[in-house]
Amino acid sequence: MTFTIPIENGNGVKDAEADSQRTLYPYVTGTSVVAIKYKDGILMASDMGGSYGSTLRYKNIERMKAIGKHSLLGASGEISDFQEILRYLDELTLNDNMWDDGNSLGPKEVHNYLTRVMYNRRNKFNPLWNTLVLGGVKNGEKYLGMVSMIGVSFEDNHVATGFGNHLARPILRDEWREDLSFEEGVKLLEKCMRVLLYRDRSAINKLQIAKMTEEGVTVSEPYSLKTFWEFKAFTNPTVGAEGS
Amino acid sequence: MFRNQYDTDVTTWSPTGRLFQVEYAMEAVKQGSAAIGLRSRSHVVLACVNKAQSELSSHQRKIFKVDDHIGVAIAGLTADGRVLSRYMRSESINHSFTYESPLSVGRLVVRLADKAQVCTQRSWKRPYGVGLLVGGLDESGAHLYYNCPSGNYFEYQAFAIGSRSQAAKTYLERRYESFQESSREDLIKDAIMAIRETLQGETLKSSLCTVSVLGLEEPFHFLDQESIQKVIDTFEKVPEEEEDAGEGEAEPEAAPVAAGTGEQGGSGDQDVAPMEM
Repeated sequence: MTFTIPIENGNGVKDAEADSQRTLYPYVTGTSVVAIKYKDGILMASDMGGSYGSTLRYKNIERMKAIGKHSLLGASGEISDFQEILRYLDELTLNDNMWDDGNSLGPKEVHNYLTRVMYNRRNKFNPLWNTLVLGGVKNGEKYLGMVSMIGVSFEDNHVATGFGNHLARPILRDEWREDLSFEEGVKLLEKCMRVLLYRDRSAINKLQIAKMTEEGVTVSEPYSLKTFWEFKAFTNPTVGAEGS
Repeated sequence: MFRNQYDTDVTTWSPTGRLFQVEYAMEAVKQGSAAIGLRSRSHVVLACVNKAQSELSSHQRKIFKVDDHIGVAIAGLTADGRVLSRYMRSESINHSFTYESPLSVGRLVVRLADKAQVCTQRSWKRPYGVGLLVGGLDESGAHLYYNCPSGNYFEYQAFAIGSRSQAAKTYLERRYESFQESSREDLIKDAIMAIRETLQGETLKSSLCTVSVLGLEEPFHFLDQESIQKVIDTFEKVPEEEEDAGEGEAEPEAAPVAAGTGEQGGSGDQDVAPMEM
């Protein structure tokens, strides 16, 4: 999926040089991330795939990482930009810890910091090509927000990126409740991820679910979802179609 | 203070390991008019004495709002104080913008202290001649800090700076153990009473002092004259057990009554240098 940002001026050759200084299109991308608030905190799910265009090239990429004591970051889009963001946040949390004064960065602060970073990069026409999901719990308060590559940011009870917006959120709008237990939350997320697995061609069947509560973050071991392909329509897909 | 050969430059040490310019800067703080701060678990009160250059002029602003949750009271060179307040406001608002969250007081104070330290280690600068009482509330509770021209800072339950602050400090020392659990009203009353100590016999009127409060659910703001006067009225009518009688509502302007709590006698209204308040 190529997408050029045209900048008009008379210098043809110089354009190419200048263009090498900024992001024009993504290369290795991750697909959807889905996250919900549940009774004790936040649940987030993403698969472990990194696509190189239409090739499912990398199958062991962790697209969710813990940030500090209170936050969890999930990303879709360009993987190298995600790694750059992790470096920024590393520096941020390091400086925060160096103060050594009992204060710590909560998810709200991290979310706003990321919004500022993404928006500033967009203003320079050199975006970090990611959609980020930031969730966390601090002092009993649950927080779940999203930032896009152009700096659009908001909070909600359930968020998703990419295809997840189209396939997962309608399910969540129908079935999400304030007091989901952990098991119910995982089942709901797995339902969303299964739909994405069937319908999103850049999804792979190897996913992780991360849980964020007051006690901290746990990212599960990778596992696969059970899928069912024995639908009658799949055995002879063109029967009854026009012109067959 | 005596003149000596090691005090011309802030970057010159004395043989006894002192930086005299920094100590002279701290003297400037002692010449300014008094400022007082106290804190409880949930509130911080900053109060100061209003000193005007002359009867014709208005009094100098010595307490500044830095943010909804932080205020600062200064003593010494008010111009330096104003500049540092602007720096604090700037730091606070930049933090709020990036993180959508109030800056914690401890971090602001460290930045302020580092800024002051720079001026003690550059030959082309001079130390700031102002002491700051920074009071604020963050998620770790209510805090009161004192920032020194030397670049040091300390956390206090209650403190007073400026001229005749020793009287206030003595009062606060007697009572500080109760401050942590004090109610908001008691804290304000204690602040005003501490201010009274620095006035040395002058009658306490609400026009003579400025009081500010901040707390949980209560953003930084100044108390208006009537509220201050109401608090004064609750204790000015009653003769205090600890004080000599003679404070009371009658005879304010007549011969000043000797202060009951013995501390530095002598100093009447000093000749205040024009730039210091």
